[in-house]
Parts: sequence; structure tokens; C-alpha cells
Amino acid sequence: MNIPSALRYSNSHEWIRVEGNEGSVGITDYAQGELGDIVFLDLPDVGAKVTAGEPFGSVEAVKAASDLFAPVSGTVSAVNSSLGQQPEQINQDAFGKGWIIKINLSSTDELGNLLDATSYGKLIEQSHGDHH
Amino acid sequence: MNHVALEDQHIALGGKMVPFAGFNMPVQYSSIIEEHLHVRNTVGIFDVSHMGEFIVTGSDAEKWLNRMTLNDVSTLTVGQVQYSAMLYDSGGVVDDLLVYRFNDHYLVVVNASNIDKDFEWLSSHLGGDVAIRNISENTTLLAIQGPRAAELVRNIADVPTDGVEYYHFIEGHVKGIPVIFSRTGYTGEDGFEIYIDRAHSLTLWNAVWEAGKPLDLKPIGLGARDSLRLEVCYCLYGNDIDQTTTPHEAGIGWITKMKKAGGFTGYDVVLKAKENPTRKLMGFILTEKGIARQHADVLLDGQKIGEVTSGGFSPILNKAIGLAFINKPFDVLGTEIALDVRGRQVKALISQTPFYQRSK
Repeated sequence: MNIPSALRYSNSHEWIRVEGNEGSVGITDYAQGELGDIVFLDLPDVGAKVTAGEPFGSVEAVKAASDLFAPVSGTVSAVNSSLGQQPEQINQDAFGKGWIIKINLSSTDELGNLLDATSYGKLIEQSHGDHH
Repeated sequence: MNHVALEDQHIALGGKMVPFAGFNMPVQYSSIIEEHLHVRNTVGIFDVSHMGEFIVTGSDAEKWLNRMTLNDVSTLTVGQVQYSAMLYDSGGVVDDLLVYRFNDHYLVVVNASNIDKDFEWLSSHLGGDVAIRNISENTTLLAIQGPRAAELVRNIADVPTDGVEYYHFIEGHVKGIPVIFSRTGYTGEDGFEIYIDRAHSLTLWNAVWEAGKPLDLKPIGLGARDSLRLEVCYCLYGNDIDQTTTPHEAGIGWITKMKKAGGFTGYDVVLKAKENPTRKLMGFILTEKGIARQHADVLLDGQKIGEVTSGGFSPILNKAIGLAFINKPFDVLGTEIALDVRGRQVKALISQTPFYQRSK
């Protein structure tokens, strides 16, 4: 399982890569694998406010839909518009081309509530055990 | 949990296993969209051994089956298959099924989720010289579907399968083991479904793969099975038809032979529903982003006019599609409707079905 060590993770399977005051957000490789083929996204506009732990959009896969939760609070500073035409980039490259939004963080303190790669790895090991 | 004979083979191929109708089944191997397109363009193999099979014997078998099912069993010739359904006295659907006519018996193939219910229903309505036997647990069923299916099956069969017409079957052998080659399927493509004794599952599986490798055969899960059937608008029991639906409103009036001798169980209710329909199963295509799934409300000017029975993504159209019961008199092609997708209203058009038809 691919879990880059430089990123922070939420319990709801989002990742964030922070550079300065801005964080790129996406869903993890594990999450895209569980969802399967992603065909549509419902995303906020640039400038929208997001709150840690609250939904900021949703992702629709062939099998099921899922909300996207903001790992941190802040303002949306960019949206990956290429996902409109090619949502499958999330399936192909969840931590790279499949980034979803960028957030200007209200406070870097909230990063402390997120998981590091080791803890996230343990989380998905456990939730995978709950599956089949 | 029930286990198909080839479960280890599916896991070895990377099948993601999920519980379905009491069986541990592969829902996908790589990607539902890739698998779907592979069946449309090339050839795929499905393990559908969860389906149920009953053998019906006795001198009154034809007469009895004719009363228990909607279609006209008396028109079947040996070697022919018939799509049909059986109803409760209330006119609701017990199950949809296939009837195979052999020389001295019939084979009835039913949905996995309904095996016990169907067997009890049929057993409790036996009449005359008829016996019914449930061979579901001893039967493996593999579907080979796609434009290259006929070539693959030709290469493993000891009988001429090319001449077998759609909805017909031929008995033969694979590696010396008796099988039934049935030119049927649930995908809208050409193909065969092959029945074999469970004990010989691996022999058939290996023979199919040996012949299939050069043809780029791929394993296909239940996810693509569902999206393939939805594009061609084949009914799914539990979604589009169930104990609350009557045949004509669900678009299976064509298998409902109102004039056949002796009628059928549920006839009176069906006649009334046919003459005074209240709703109709219609297709829709979304014109905005989203996928409407089963039970989503169908709205017209904010009023509920129906409910989605099946919804999903069409890899061929690259759009979300589905089927919905639309109340009369709103069942008009081209009507713009809204679908409640997780609290959001998404626009769609009532559209012609099927959404896809293969070029012959």
C-alpha cells in the first residue's frame, strides 16, 4: 500500500501536503481503490470556506458515492479543474495528478489532529480487516 | 456464506470478493469500466454459479410449468430456451427465470437471491405427474460473453456451437465432461452460458482460459455484469421487478401470454393492471453530473412522479443512466425530470431504451 511519509492523513481517508500556509488535498490510494472507478466530482468554488471534519464536496464512483471531508479549516485557493474531464486521474495517481483542492489554512495547529503515515497505515490495516 | 467452486481462482486473479445473495462473489478484478468495455469489445468470463437451477420432470411438466410461468411453454421446441417469470396470486413477481426444454425434462434457472423462495413456491404448487429437484448447489455456471465468445466456445466444444441460435442450447462436452452450451447471457453481447457439474468446475475453467488467452479473455465481476445489463435494460429482480410490480408496467408484457390456454397464476390481477396501468418503467439519462441510484425520487416541477429502480454509469455513453417507475400520465419520452441525488436535484431526460444495442 502506497502511503507517502511526507503527508498527513484524516480518518476519512483524505491526505494533505502542506507547503507554507497552503495545503493540497486529495483522497488516498486506499480510498480510491475502495471506491473503484471515479466518474464525477462535486467540488467547491475557489474562495469557499471549508471546516475541518466537514464535507467540502463529493466523489461519485461507479459503485457508490462518498463525501469528501476537509482535513483542515481554511479557504479554497485552487480546484483541480482537470478532474472535470478526467476524474480517473484520482484512480491513476491519487497522491499526484489526482489532487482535488488546495486550502489556505486558517491555522497550522489543526495539522496536529491528523495522522502521520504510520498511524494511517495502521488505520487502513484495521479497516481492511473489517472488510472481507 | 455460500462458496462457488472456483472461489480460489477468483481470488488468485485479484477478484475483490463481496457478499452477494449469500455467496462470496467477485465484484471486480481490475476496474468495472475496463471490464465492461472488455465485454463490449472483446470477450470476458463471468462465474455466475450463484444462480439457481431446478430440474422439472413428469408427464404433466409442460402443462404445470405453463400455468406457473407467464410465457407459453407449449411453444418451446427441444433445444430452445425461454425468458419468463412467475407470479404470486397477487400478480407480483416471484422471480424472473429461464426455461430450457430438453427431451425428457425441463431446466428452470432462477436468481441466486430467490433460490429457496422459488423452490418452496414451486414445490407447494405441484400438481399432477410433476417432480422438481434443486440442483443449484451441484451446478457451476460460467458465462462467456463478447464479440469473441463464439470463437472461444467453438475451440473448447466437441459439438458445433456456431450453429446454435440465440436462446437455444446444445448438449456437448468439454475435455470429455458433459456440459450445456446455452446461447444466452445478461450483457447484450453475443455469448454462451455453460452449465457443468460442480465437481468438474476446474476442468471447464482451465479449458476456457487455455482457449481464451490468445483471444485476450479477461475475468469480469458482478459490478460490470450489472452495468452491462443496465445499458441494455434487462430487468434485475429486487430492483426493477419484485413482489410489488406487475409484468406490463415493468416492460415484460412481451413474455406475458394473456391468450395462452389455461392462463397462469396471477392472471386476473395482471389483466386488470394491464387495462388500467398506473405507472411505467422508463429509461432516463442524466444531463448533469451525478449518478442517481435505486430509490432516488423522480421529480417534475418539485412533485414526486416516480422512483429510480436501477441507476448507474454507462461506460458506452459516458453518462449516468437508469430505469425508474414513472407515474401516469408523466411517462412521456423527452420529459425533463429532476432526480434527488443525495439531497441534490440533478436534471435528466426520460429516454428511449435500451441505451445500447450491439451491431449485428
